[in-house]
Amino acid sequence: MSDMNLKLKVWKQNGPNDKGRFENYKVVANEHMSFLEMLDVLNEQLISEKSDPVSFEHDCREGICGACSMVINGRPHGPNKGTTTCQLHMRFFKDGDTITIEPFRANSFPVIKDLVVDRSAFDRIIQAGGYISVNTGQAQDANAIPIEKDVALDAFSAAACIGCGACVAACPNASAMLFTSAKVAHLGHLPQGKVEHDKRVQKMVAQMDEEGFGMCSNTYACEAECPKEISVKNIASLNRNFIGKVFKTE
Amino acid sequence: MTVENNFTETETLVKEGTGLKNNVPEAGDLENKWTQYRSTMDLVAPNNKRRIDIIVVGTGLAGASAAATLGELGYNVKCFTFHDSPRRAHSIAAQGGINAAKNYQNDGDSVYRLFYDTIKGGDYRSREANVHRLAEVSRNIIDQAVAQGVPLAREYGGLLANRSFGGVQVSRTFYAKGQTGQQLLIGAYQALSRQISVGNVEMYNRHEMLDLVKVDGKARGIITRNLLTGKIDRHAAHCVVLATGGYGNVYYLSTNAMGSNVTAAWRSVKRGALMANPCYTQIHPTCIPVSGDYQSKLTLMSESLRNDGRVWVPKKKEDVMAIREGRKNGNDIPEEDRDYYLERRYPAFGNLVPRDVASRAAKTACDEGYGVNSTGLAVFLDFAAAVIRYGKSEAISKGINNPTDQQIGDLGRAVVAAKYGNLFEMYEKITGEDPYFQPMKIFPAVHYTMGGMWVDYNLETNVPGLFALGEANFSDHGANRLGASALMQGLADGYFVIPYTIGQFLSKEIRTPKIANDSPEFMAAEKETREKLEKLMNIKGNHSVESFHKRLGLIMWEYCGMSRNAEGLKKGRQMIRELREEFWRDVYVPGSLDEYNPELEKAGRVADFLELGENMMVDALDREESCGGHFREEHQSAEGEAQRNDKDYTYVSAWEWDDNEPILHKEQLEFKNVELKTRSYK
Ligand SMILES: Cc1cc2nc3c(=O)[nH]c(=O)nc-3n(C[C@H](O)[C@H](O)[C@H](O)COP(=O)(O)OP(=O)(O)OC[C@H]3O[C@@H](n4cnc5c(N)ncnc54)[C@H](O)[C@@H]3O)c2cc1C
Ligand code: SF4
Ligand code: FES
Repeated sequence: MSDMNLKLKVWKQNGPNDKGRFENYKVVANEHMSFLEMLDVLNEQLISEKSDPVSFEHDCREGICGACSMVINGRPHGPNKGTTTCQLHMRFFKDGDTITIEPFRANSFPVIKDLVVDRSAFDRIIQAGGYISVNTGQAQDANAIPIEKDVALDAFSAAACIGCGACVAACPNASAMLFTSAKVAHLGHLPQGKVEHDKRVQKMVAQMDEEGFGMCSNTYACEAECPKEISVKNIASLNRNFIGKVFKTE
Repeated sequence: MTVENNFTETETLVKEGTGLKNNVPEAGDLENKWTQYRSTMDLVAPNNKRRIDIIVVGTGLAGASAAATLGELGYNVKCFTFHDSPRRAHSIAAQGGINAAKNYQNDGDSVYRLFYDTIKGGDYRSREANVHRLAEVSRNIIDQAVAQGVPLAREYGGLLANRSFGGVQVSRTFYAKGQTGQQLLIGAYQALSRQISVGNVEMYNRHEMLDLVKVDGKARGIITRNLLTGKIDRHAAHCVVLATGGYGNVYYLSTNAMGSNVTAAWRSVKRGALMANPCYTQIHPTCIPVSGDYQSKLTLMSESLRNDGRVWVPKKKEDVMAIREGRKNGNDIPEEDRDYYLERRYPAFGNLVPRDVASRAAKTACDEGYGVNSTGLAVFLDFAAAVIRYGKSEAISKGINNPTDQQIGDLGRAVVAAKYGNLFEMYEKITGEDPYFQPMKIFPAVHYTMGGMWVDYNLETNVPGLFALGEANFSDHGANRLGASALMQGLADGYFVIPYTIGQFLSKEIRTPKIANDSPEFMAAEKETREKLEKLMNIKGNHSVESFHKRLGLIMWEYCGMSRNAEGLKKGRQMIRELREEFWRDVYVPGSLDEYNPELEKAGRVADFLELGENMMVDALDREESCGGHFREEHQSAEGEAQRNDKDYTYVSAWEWDDNEPILHKEQLEFKNVELKTRSYK
């Protein structure tokens, strides 16, 4: 197990109003570490020198909570397909590498500190209509409505979104269409979700605009960087639906 | 370096407290107690609900489901999480599934059977009436989840699919691939989001509860720190519900998310709530082993793998050495030189013994020097036999005569991939080794804490108006939790229990005006919270928070881990006291109080773990028996099996914490419906 000497160029920014800058660090890692463990080593080093550690968000460290969020060498969640930052391991880097680390950048995701951004806009999009209106206790027996296996799987694939925001960070327009369309598709596929579908789409899209996310211009950068490989087909079907709806109401 | 020690040798001075009343309703048999209780309990009228404020802390399965349901009922709910969004709670990481006594498979399942399995699995250390209620409402959970749009797995006919889990004899586990927790949490999060959008729930993200406020003996609010600005706030309500999760991270390394902690529960304990059975820890047998001292967390490999994987270590020490040094790998060891120790020791259950038994057996193999990685702390989980078995049967069903080894391997691996593909992929991402061709290396890791805040039948702690739900309470799993039962319990508590039982307390509060948040009690609690934070900042010592947490973890793992003994527990307790003293003298917290400061957050949590750890040692020392996840070396049979002591220890230990003179309150457990038996897997 040999040591890897790495140079890190890390974005440091003290709050949303600070201009921010890159800071250079040296760190010794090894190939068994995860990327975040490499940053832990850096932070331990910084703390022992009584300097300011690098703030980054993380929790589950197994690719499911959606907390980790950083752009590594220009790519949200780094170089590997279908992999979150916390699942990225150092054996994909080599001794002597320089690694650039930045936050997810988007107007709707203001920087809190260093690599930590505020993604609460996503919560507000869900609050606008990303649910099925059923109170606790109102449900009928779970097997009362059979749902085709493939339909359930399609709903599941869309529901696998972890709300990380990499799609927004990857998009040249900082659009939140992949995230929003995934929720619309998840609920829209299911009979339980069909009742409120049209209203849901309108309200969620309106909220998305209000949050200041950009327009979707079909670059598909979002799909390429999405760690859960959410499909852009969801965007296409949302667009069809939305446009259809606008025509219907106008 | 010798540590200056202000503590004298700690003798266990345990004072016996008063017995506890669990408030299980007298009326009705086990089967209809809950129904009867529900239909006779006091209610709060809708117009009164609107005048009542409830604080819910936590947005995991338990907290999100509780906050959403209480909002739907018309209460004013304020909900808190330290996460940036309710959706990130640790529940999101649950993989395998959720149990429910639906009997959709018509394989003989029933509410009684789920009740019985849970009581037995818990090694007869849980409360009958609570567990029966859990089994009853389990069925409603699945209905509710499906209505919310949770995409649970289905069969071709469109009906819900089930799998079996954790050694029980029926298929009652519902699942959504390996992401059951995620899907259920998103369902609860969406229900919560809906209540936020209509104004019934006011959501406070990135707010950490740092203290509980009692007024006239009742829980009336909390003190929080805004994690973005550092601002300390006082929040008042008629009652407080904690759904703040488990405390496995006291061991530093665990399968829990990095942020999981005990602070909300522990600070409530310091305000008089009781900590029940803190020593009951579940150590999961199949996790990816530690690879170095930089390791930050451990990753679970689902229990389902033991259906097809065989656990073994080499018989010969020279093979062990060759593997550790990389000269050989598992495949190089011939069949006759392998010790399939679970199959050898437990022929009846083999690789499918319960979690606690499998974990201890792995430890024994490694303690004896047979561990198969460079740290000596790993055993093999091997799928080669399953690949051949499946490959041959696939070849037959495809009509291939005399298949080559290559064909058999390819066909077999495809079957294994269909069953466990995502787990194999996760293993490869982390270790860089391909488990289709080499046996996995696994080792036990801390996973779940059965202990937690003591609650009565209403899920109310001994502090009136303070409730605890989900993993944060101790209620339903006894000394060992069965797989797929934590998700069930969290959602049962939040959707179907607390919305009713909270009325027992609140129906007496309808004339209580809005609680003021500037009473002397609130002001004093706020001041104490601030002083504690300032104290942490001002130590300006030489060692990071992380370094103390790691050292605590090692002490806990060594002396209060998979097996425990009196001498070790006394020593461990003393070491924790010394470490705590050193922490408060020498920790270094960078940054300042009034800003986003993750190191300060961690410091407060580690300070609490340093107290909880001592409580766990004291509890483990008191319990002179082996039961479930608690194995005392003094109490084992000649073959090394756990020996319970029903005569003296059929009680819940509920601790009133004082580190010099802890007081032990006992709740005697009564078993009227099941007979206490020794668990045997031979
Ligand atoms: C890897 C893994 C896999 C698992 N798989 C399964 C499975 O397949 N089936 C199963 O049944 N169980 C499983 N479990 C166990 C199960 O996931 C947990 O026990 C359960 O989800 C706990 O839910 P909870 O709502 O009680 O707490 P959590 O989900 O831990 O939520 C705690 C909440 O409290 C908040 N909080 C905590 N402290 C504070 C504070 N001081 N101030 C403000 N907010 C606070 C947090 O922000 C969070 O929102 C698994 C566990 C792990 C670790
Ligand atoms: S769509 Fe993909 S990239 Fe976007 S938030 Fe969801 S998981 Fe992340
Ligand atoms: S830390 Fe949870 S997804 Fe990366």
